Amino acid sequence: MKILLCASKTPDTTTKIIFSADKKYIDATGVQFILNPYDDHALARAMDLKEKFNSHLTVIHVGDSTVEPILRRCLAIGADEAVRVNADAADAYSVASQIASAIKGENFDLILTGRESIDFNGSQVSDMLGELLGIPSVSFVSEFEIDGNTKTLRRFIDGGEERLSVDGPLIISAAKELAEPRIPNMRGIMQSRTKPIKVVESNGIKPLVELIELLAPDKKTSCVYIDLADAANLIEILHTKEKLI
Amino acid sequence: MSVLFFAENIEGKFHKPVFEALTYASDVATKLNTNVIAISLGTVDVEELKKLSSYGVNKVLNVADAKYNTFNSAMYASVLQLAIEKEMADLVIMSSTFNAKSLAPRLSAKINAGLVTNAIELPDINNGFTIKKPVYSGKGFGLFRIATDKKIVTVAINSYHVTGGNEGNAITEDWAPQVNDTGLNIKVLETIRQKGKISLPEAEIVVSGGRGMKGPENWGMIEELADILGAATACSKPVADVGWRPHSEHVGQTGLTISPDLYIAIGISGAIQHLAGVSGSKVIVAINKDPEAPFFKAADYGIVGDAFEVLPKLIEAAKKIKAHA
Repeated sequence: MKILLCASKTPDTTTKIIFSADKKYIDATGVQFILNPYDDHALARAMDLKEKFNSHLTVIHVGDSTVEPILRRCLAIGADEAVRVNADAADAYSVASQIASAIKGENFDLILTGRESIDFNGSQVSDMLGELLGIPSVSFVSEFEIDGNTKTLRRFIDGGEERLSVDGPLIISAAKELAEPRIPNMRGIMQSRTKPIKVVESNGIKPLVELIELLAPDKKTSCVYIDLADAANLIEILHTKEKLI
Repeated sequence: MSVLFFAENIEGKFHKPVFEALTYASDVATKLNTNVIAISLGTVDVEELKKLSSYGVNKVLNVADAKYNTFNSAMYASVLQLAIEKEMADLVIMSSTFNAKSLAPRLSAKINAGLVTNAIELPDINNGFTIKKPVYSGKGFGLFRIATDKKIVTVAINSYHVTGGNEGNAITEDWAPQVNDTGLNIKVLETIRQKGKISLPEAEIVVSGGRGMKGPENWGMIEELADILGAATACSKPVADVGWRPHSEHVGQTGLTISPDLYIAIGISGAIQHLAGVSGSKVIVAINKDPEAPFFKAADYGIVGDAFEVLPKLIEAAKKIKAHA
């Protein structure tokens, strides 16, 4: 079985977001970049399956070479090889299109992504890639098992969950319930140094959506404090002034 | 040209997110001086379909075939593609439900239409077609321009107020599109819905607890306050991680992002990852015994005090107000 993980690079979750001067990106000064947390859950499940079925696991990323430490970490956790498409991840469609071109003819049995990246929160790449490859896509997956050619899974729907079965190749996007992220061990880190990171050139696709600018959230006016002794007043304010309850 | 609206039903009923997104679609259509055509897939009765009519819809395409009663992103995308061609639609709008977040990207890749998910404001049509949506899980916003002729927008839940509800007279057209798509070998085995619980992303009021609650045995007070207020319950990441509460209640950067009208945070310090998931809330109340808790900087109202002292007072006061309502 051949498995592919689509890896996205995001700022660490503790990052205080300050935008760059052109307002097109964040100011990367002092920012720690990590594997998108949802991709980390997907990677962990991919590793479970790789070990169980003795599969080959490839990690793919669209972007520049600054992602290398993140790809090395994926290799240290146990992925067999990494591919970097040397192209601008301008929008979700370009990412999906670049990946589709880069893996053409590879016939992966299973492709995983995170449910969304924690930077642009689009939740788009997975289903777009499914459409471009002509294979089924199931998103927000919390459980995933393989039995022969049949895959059974559980996904989130509004107000609950759904259980599904799918035959043949499939792409899923991982909710965090899918698996607990793994931490690389020393042996993995040593081995990762000799594992290949292949670089593929861009297919030249044009984005469908363009980021004009990033905007900071509105500043909240300062907090109105209510004394502990008058805590009940809070309910009164929410009722009469804010008309929320 | 027209606006095509995907009216998603849950077991034959339309829910609030659909009417929010439909209000949005109708307001966009007014801006563009065009009509809204709604499309419904699967079995929905006539009375329910009529509801769409009162939000500015001109026509309802009713694709009643029972094979659409379960969601399949590939098959649904094929139907929408045919509907776009039939109605010469340039713009497709839907709510940001889980299903729509699968359907919209598939459709986008199928017809080469630029897609923006989680829109929170109407598009600016004087400047290309630009749309505002939250980015960095609510730590900021992005303005995006859709460059393609055909466009798809999903509307964030709880961010656009429903108006309308007047008598409408949309025509309903029964339509049986010829879709060759077999649904790509996906079978739905079982649907599990939590009954009688207010869904967290849709909730207008959310009462949320953190480590300050000391243990799962103390959640009775959170639930009681939520019950009285008709609120959903939520929790912080550490609380879900130690198993005091299910992960489905975790709000924050790696959990759910919610934007209720009122968010009451009890015993949550307000780490940046947590604030990211709730910053879209209209009014935030923070209750924490630590006056230095970062949550107070993001809150509209604050009480410095122990949860176990504050909560009984709030419950009592809320009971009184509800008794008079």
